[in-house]
Amino acid sequence: MTVATNPIGQAVVWINDPLNWTNPGGMLDRLGEHLTISALAVALGCLVAWPLGLWLGHLGRGGGLVVLVSNATLAIPTLALLTILPVVFASGFGRTPVVVALAVFAVPPLLANAYTGVRQVDPEALDAARGMGLSGGQLLRRVELPLAVPYLAAGFRTAAVQVIATAALASFVNGGGLGQIIRTGFGIGIAAGGGQIVAGGVLVAGLALLAEVVLGGVERLVTPRPLRRGRQRAGRPRPADATGSA
Amino acid sequence: MSFRLSYRADPGNPWFSWQYVRDNSDTILAAVREHASLTGRAVLIAVLIALPLSVLAYWFRPLAGPILAVSGVVYTIPSLALFAFIAPYLGTGSTTVLVGLVLYALLLIVRNVVAGLNQVPPEVGEAAEGMGYGRWGRLFRIDLPLALPGIVTGVRLATVSTVALVTVGVLVGHGGLGQLIFAGFQNNLYKAEIMTAALLCVALAVVLDLLLVLVARLVTPWSTRRAR
Repeated sequence: MTVATNPIGQAVVWINDPLNWTNPGGMLDRLGEHLTISALAVALGCLVAWPLGLWLGHLGRGGGLVVLVSNATLAIPTLALLTILPVVFASGFGRTPVVVALAVFAVPPLLANAYTGVRQVDPEALDAARGMGLSGGQLLRRVELPLAVPYLAAGFRTAAVQVIATAALASFVNGGGLGQIIRTGFGIGIAAGGGQIVAGGVLVAGLALLAEVVLGGVERLVTPRPLRRGRQRAGRPRPADATGSA
Repeated sequence: MSFRLSYRADPGNPWFSWQYVRDNSDTILAAVREHASLTGRAVLIAVLIALPLSVLAYWFRPLAGPILAVSGVVYTIPSLALFAFIAPYLGTGSTTVLVGLVLYALLLIVRNVVAGLNQVPPEVGEAAEGMGYGRWGRLFRIDLPLALPGIVTGVRLATVSTVALVTVGVLVGHGGLGQLIFAGFQNNLYKAEIMTAALLCVALAVVLDLLLVLVARLVTPWSTRRAR
């Protein structure tokens, strides 16, 4: 068997080795860890950000706060937060601190989009609903929330993709996930581990892109047809969009 | 000076330690310098590549879609994966880190510059053509100055997120302050080292952002005049 000498060839060889899939700490294990951590973090983020964002949007206040939160998280290095939280929890380097740290990065897009979603509801529709005798809570539940769903979906997509991307860094704090494959590759040196490094990169990038495409489809499905073109042109709300990449 | 966050905190390992900063000022300063220089170089190179690219997207509308689409896709790729793609070819060094940083900054800047150029009112463009400006004259005298707010926004975003992103470069050998964060983590959770580096990171982002705001004020004197 000829051993490929360039990193891409090595990566192909590495991915095609069944042991690398099924071994303990192999690709399937890491993928499971990655998805579990990401799902928990996004769920936690939704639990915090959506009620808050919807409520602030309903009150029509706190726009400054939303922008501040979005901008502040942009400046905080992911690595620092991922490192600091395990130390604060002091419960070892289990999953909890990693999930909480990732949830912090999920909050801004979720919050900003929930807020914008409620704020963009046509004021005339709100007046009509109020005229029909709906109370504040009913207004939020029956009018504002359904109309904000496309924005909530857009925020969810941004947050989920970003968390999946950031979860790769959990490997720095022994949190597992697909990033671990890359780190192990760097650990055994570029000459020997080049293939594994590239293979890990392909897996992480592929997962992020897959999530982007799938959730993009979901976002489209929950957006009523007449709104689709306009939303495309306007794009996703800026503050949420801007906090990408880790 | 030490400040304990929780009652369980180990008194021998405080979050904030002036002692640590004083004893390691050389290391810290070197890390800050590397961090700032990596950020500065990355953003500068990104601006130099992004401006012509954006102008192309602005002049030739059919190019705008693909350029923005490609930048969106690349932006989705996690930083760790990007470094993983580059490192086997360029080795572990500051070049690899720089290439990754430039790519991300590039995308943020292109998006904002294209948006800025596109919101130049068409009447203004027509008036400029009526006054006899050619394509280049119009670009430099009309379009770019009017798009400056968008350009500045893009550069500010890119700078702040680059500062945060440099830390990830620790994996490929050059992480600036990330080096300290990671070392603190490995060094039996040396809290002072982690915290100092994290705070310096945020401080660096804020300082660079303010600097850019100041520069923006200087190059667009009309915006402040109008606001008053």
